[in-house]
Amino acid sequence: MAEARGLSGNGVALRGPYISMITNHTTNLLIRGGMLFVVGVFLALVLNLLQVQRNVTLFPPDVISSVFSSAWWVPPCCGTASALIGLLYPCIDRHLGEPHKLKREWSSVMRCVAVFVGINHASAKVDFANNVQLSLTLAALSVGLWWTFDRSRSGFGMGVAVALLATLATQLLVYNGVFQYTSPDFLYIRSWLPCIFFAGVITMGNIGRQLALYECKFVQEKIHQD
Amino acid sequence: MTVRERLRQNISAAFYRHGLLCASYPVPIILFTSASILTCCYPLLKLPLPGTGPVEFTTGVRDYSVPSHGTQGDLGERPDWYRGPPVAYIQQVLVKAAVSPWDSSLVPVDVFRSPLGRVFSLLEEIRDHVYTDRSLESLCLQVTDLLPGLRRMQSLLPEHGCLLVSPGNYWQNRRDMFDSDPDILKTVHQHEPKGLHTSATLKDLLFGVPGKSTGVSLYSKKRVVTYTITIALSSYDARFVASLRARLKQLHPSTNCSLREDHMVHVHFKEEIGIAELIPLVTTYIILFAYIYFSTRKIDMVKSKWGLALAAVVTVLSSLLMSVGLCSLFGLTPTLNGGEIFPYLVVVIGLENVLVLTKSVVSTPVDLEVKLRIAQGLSSESWSIMKNMATELVIILIGYFTLVPAIQEFCLFAVVGLVSDFFLQMFFFTTVLSIDIRRMELADLNRRLPAEAGMPPPKPGPLRPREAPPPSRPSPHTITLQAPAFRNLRLPKRLRVVYFLARTRLAQRIIMVGTVIWIGILVYTDPAGLRTYLAAQVSEQSPLGEAGLPPHLGVAPVFPGGDPTSTLNVLPAPEPTPLPENQSQGHGEARSGPAPLTSPQITWGSEDEEVWRRLSFRYWPSLFSYYNITLAKRYISILPVIPVTLHLSPQEAIETRHPQDTQHAPRTSAKTTELQADLTLYKVAALGLFAGVLLVLLLFCLYRVLCPRNYGQNGVQHGRRRRGDLPCDEYGYSPPVSEISPLLLRGHSMDIECLANDGMLLASCCLAGQIRVWDAQTGDCLTVIPNNGLRRSSSSGCWEHRDGWDPSSPARNASTPIMDNEHPLRRRTTPVRPALFGDQPDLTPLIDTNFGEVPPSQMMPGCGFDFGELVERAYKEHEASPPLPFPPSPPAARQRRRSLGDQSVAPPEQVLLAPWDWDSSVWSMELRGNLIAAGRSSGKLELWDAVEGSLRCCNEDGSSGITALAFLNNRIVAARLNGSLDFFTVDIHKPLGLLQYRGPPGRASLPPSPCYSSEDVISCQLTRSVQCAHQKPITVLRAAAGRVVTGSQDHTVRVYRLEDSCCLFTLQGHAGGITAIYIDQTMVLASGGQDGAICLWDVLTGSRVSHVYGHRGDVTSLVCTTSCVLSSGLDDLICIWDRSTGIKLYSIQQEVGCGASLGVISESLLVTGGQGCVSFWDLNYGDLLQTVYLGQSGEGQPVRQLLVLDNAAIVCDFGSELSLVYVPSVLEKLD
Repeated sequence: MAEARGLSGNGVALRGPYISMITNHTTNLLIRGGMLFVVGVFLALVLNLLQVQRNVTLFPPDVISSVFSSAWWVPPCCGTASALIGLLYPCIDRHLGEPHKLKREWSSVMRCVAVFVGINHASAKVDFANNVQLSLTLAALSVGLWWTFDRSRSGFGMGVAVALLATLATQLLVYNGVFQYTSPDFLYIRSWLPCIFFAGVITMGNIGRQLALYECKFVQEKIHQD
Repeated sequence: MTVRERLRQNISAAFYRHGLLCASYPVPIILFTSASILTCCYPLLKLPLPGTGPVEFTTGVRDYSVPSHGTQGDLGERPDWYRGPPVAYIQQVLVKAAVSPWDSSLVPVDVFRSPLGRVFSLLEEIRDHVYTDRSLESLCLQVTDLLPGLRRMQSLLPEHGCLLVSPGNYWQNRRDMFDSDPDILKTVHQHEPKGLHTSATLKDLLFGVPGKSTGVSLYSKKRVVTYTITIALSSYDARFVASLRARLKQLHPSTNCSLREDHMVHVHFKEEIGIAELIPLVTTYIILFAYIYFSTRKIDMVKSKWGLALAAVVTVLSSLLMSVGLCSLFGLTPTLNGGEIFPYLVVVIGLENVLVLTKSVVSTPVDLEVKLRIAQGLSSESWSIMKNMATELVIILIGYFTLVPAIQEFCLFAVVGLVSDFFLQMFFFTTVLSIDIRRMELADLNRRLPAEAGMPPPKPGPLRPREAPPPSRPSPHTITLQAPAFRNLRLPKRLRVVYFLARTRLAQRIIMVGTVIWIGILVYTDPAGLRTYLAAQVSEQSPLGEAGLPPHLGVAPVFPGGDPTSTLNVLPAPEPTPLPENQSQGHGEARSGPAPLTSPQITWGSEDEEVWRRLSFRYWPSLFSYYNITLAKRYISILPVIPVTLHLSPQEAIETRHPQDTQHAPRTSAKTTELQADLTLYKVAALGLFAGVLLVLLLFCLYRVLCPRNYGQNGVQHGRRRRGDLPCDEYGYSPPVSEISPLLLRGHSMDIECLANDGMLLASCCLAGQIRVWDAQTGDCLTVIPNNGLRRSSSSGCWEHRDGWDPSSPARNASTPIMDNEHPLRRRTTPVRPALFGDQPDLTPLIDTNFGEVPPSQMMPGCGFDFGELVERAYKEHEASPPLPFPPSPPAARQRRRSLGDQSVAPPEQVLLAPWDWDSSVWSMELRGNLIAAGRSSGKLELWDAVEGSLRCCNEDGSSGITALAFLNNRIVAARLNGSLDFFTVDIHKPLGLLQYRGPPGRASLPPSPCYSSEDVISCQLTRSVQCAHQKPITVLRAAAGRVVTGSQDHTVRVYRLEDSCCLFTLQGHAGGITAIYIDQTMVLASGGQDGAICLWDVLTGSRVSHVYGHRGDVTSLVCTTSCVLSSGLDDLICIWDRSTGIKLYSIQQEVGCGASLGVISESLLVTGGQGCVSFWDLNYGDLLQTVYLGQSGEGQPVRQLLVLDNAAIVCDFGSELSLVYVPSVLEKLD
């Protein structure tokens, strides 16, 4: 978010070599990927913190250690995944030839991210009567997220696919004992995990599309200048 | 479907009425809304203040019993946390000790060494106290290991035993270690944290009183040492505590002590939020603010952007407050953490409606009344607003049926929030918006009025007596340009950085963020001040239990007790001099009598009753947290303090001295300790001072170095140097003179209407219809094509055949006198050609007349005369023999003949059919090569020879007035008033083909394309006519790079290909008629509309590249350079935009009425017109370079048109005169 804002600020403010750099396709791809990676890592850290930190301690002995409470490999994985997804979405849009038209603006993206964090928040903080209820609620919220901010078939398909894959991967990881959930209710994991993955995919796709919009703009302008 | 339609209609009608209501009565509605907001927020007053400060509750000691867990009704004001046993009972023994009397033989160290030494005996006393069969060991709170992270405190805090804290812990409760400690202060201070840390430190923990009041200092004025021994008891045994109290009081009586001992304070600690807990919260808030930022950034085209953004945020926030207030009014107290759900609520409610409303209202036609605009805007968005609201309500309803309490609560809040938000949007925001729009219109009105006043009075009619030429003026006043050297002093790169910073407001943002973070850190690390204040407020409200303490006496000191380690520690070093109490007391009293001035006085006041209050509120939580005991959501009970007074004799003090105490240079060590005490304060002050000075210096340097010399001259009128000012900078350096002298081109009798140039020539047309052609280099008038020339010439009888055909002609002839040439013009005297053919009229002598005088317009009231028209009419009548509408592309030869006018072919009867259109005036003009293309209001297109002043051809296929012309290569595009677009092709036939008709060719062939030889036969044929190019009149027409772009009042821009006149794109995006278009060879297309918006388009794809709102009112002209877009508007503002990003770089306020005059010379030089002057600006920096006054008169007429010629000259119309300013010096400076 902050990074994304930074991009928009920099992108519009600097000119000259920066523009040429940004219009260069590869560089632009790298920049976008990096940005998405950072966003992914940041969200992973924060949301994982939300998950891990259930019991309230009066004095956290070490703030830094609690921020990085998850295993070292989790944030990079999430970052890479989000970068991939965020780059893949505009790509798919371009190949399918149906550009995403719905609410292409940063405020909408922010709203999307906020709802995503809210879903995570709900999964971690709200006490549900049973797990089925929790999972159903979160699923409804995720689909609502898609409907509100995406509404593209490709986005939905991609979200479902990635969610399934990621769930499978998590199952395998837990099965092999890399980590575990405190109260698994869906084989080895929590049943709301696919919903979270789905919402995350939609969110990162939204950010990725918005970032790709800048490239389009710059490329257009470049053509213009030529 | 019908139901839906009807619903939709009803909703939109309701919103329309509501909009009218809101805009009609803004003030009452705002008052009503504010009142309802306040009413709904009123229940919020009852809610407790947020915060994590401890809460207190006081009970009496006498009838205290451990509160039970159950909820047995509400017992008076008993808080709900007061249930079950506390974590611990805290018994504090407050010791005040002093060496008295003080005498001069004592060193400063004696102030605290022996008083501190007495702590060990007291500890022993307390540890060994036994009442009946209970010892401290059995009652006290047993603690285990310290937390693993606190290894360095291991030697200082008790482990595996009673939690009993005293200053003795510094020496591990061993008297021998204390005695052998050479420097007590060092021991005490070595554990203090170095940095700025104001919460509970180790010194506070062990001494139990705030660091300053301990008196353990070499400079203590009072020479009284204060400390506490803190005992944590796990269970409360009233009799044991009372016996301990009695025992200690008996041993060390405090004579003047009247502390209340009947209150027991229970302190409840709330859940403490750690940083880790805050991170997700902070993240959500960051997202929230980003959302608000991105949303409000979209508010545009209003009077005060900030005001509306504020109103939007106020709407959302107060709707949330209202919802909380309403919910708590109906007994729905929030159990969720309000701060956590707040961002989500804002996101759910959203700012979208507000933005949509603003946008829709702003995009309504500007010329409507405010009321109607609001109503229209509201009603056009009503359906989507209602739809969204219904969707949200349904979603929330679904959420409500999840039957999860937390979600239900959230949903309930959200529903109330949504409804109240809708209410506020409809009443509050709409009204604010209407006020804003009204303000904007008022401002526009104020702005426009002087503009109109400044305009020259409208033409009274053609009767304006302008026969006498204006008196010839002396050479115009000029102002010299600053020297190039001076301008080159500037370093562009440095300034670019500064401009970048200024544009992005980076510095302010960084400072702002830094300040916020800093304040946040301060509040986080030192919340004590705020929170203890809150706590004090709360405790004042809590009731005071009144109870007395029955004296439980019965003192029996029994030796062993305490945990084994401490016993072992104490045993080897028993207290050496256990003073009998009466002795010490008597001693103290005896000594304090004679020397009252120097002796320290031990006083007990009410502030000693609850010593712990003066400590950080974190004191207890941190003490317990060391043993991994949390106090969050639990409470401790603090028993009344036991006062102990110790008076020590000087002998004792001297005896307990350490050998090093006296050797110690007390002064130096004193200095350091004293310094240390207040070091943090001084550090902060010094740092602040230093930073402040540095900041001021930095800003000063920045200003001196970077501020442009002509700072502040950019903007408004004061920026222009007044005439007569010496052109020198503030250093008194007057640059070498390089003069720019404008060349005045006089001759027009009325204000100049059209200007056209092709680099070499310049054509101008005045309101009277006279066209003059000037040499752009020298300013000589080459040709004059008078409006009424034809009439005159026809009256002179040269056009015989015409006389014969037209019966009305002789009548007119009589009314046109022959005027003499009065102007000292270079006359264009074309030799009258002999008529070559008897059957064809030679038109040239008729047109190319030898007169240059002002047309006697007063002779012909009510009509402006049109020169070519008569000819064309005549031709037309001749040609009219074929049925009227011509085929789109007639054969060229035929067309040529027709346009040449084969009068012989035409039957003369046709003349009478068409009425003469005398008052058609030139509406548009273009100049290419030697040809002037003039479009007339009658719809006629004429081609004139610029050099000879002869009509070369004319086309009157259309009847609607030609509003705009474009002449490119050999094509002419004419836009007409009825929205149609005609494409003409100009064909040149070399004189070779004419040789047989005419005599010897005058000039064989001039250089080809742009120049048309006077001998060529030029025909102009309509190749294609697009009948309905636009729905409404075409206002602008531009052609470049093989494209023709038209803009119309129907809000669209169309792009045509010039070759085949095929419409490529219809560009939509403006919310008003198009008023300005720019297109150049690089295919940059910019358009500006009446809505003040400027759009940049991609001509290749037809997509909109950027869209900015720049002007209040019409955009009057647009110019693009490679990096910028320059626009001027009716608001007399020239805005310079970055072309790639659409960011406004800066704007220049023009003088009233001169807004449209603007031109760019050589990429970095901007020329603007003013009141009788033109100004040159550096485009990159927005600096005024120079102002050139065009005339002598002070007021001057506004320069309304400005044309940049190829040879770095500019031409501007200046009333009825033209001014040619040649600016070579400016160019050479720029290169």
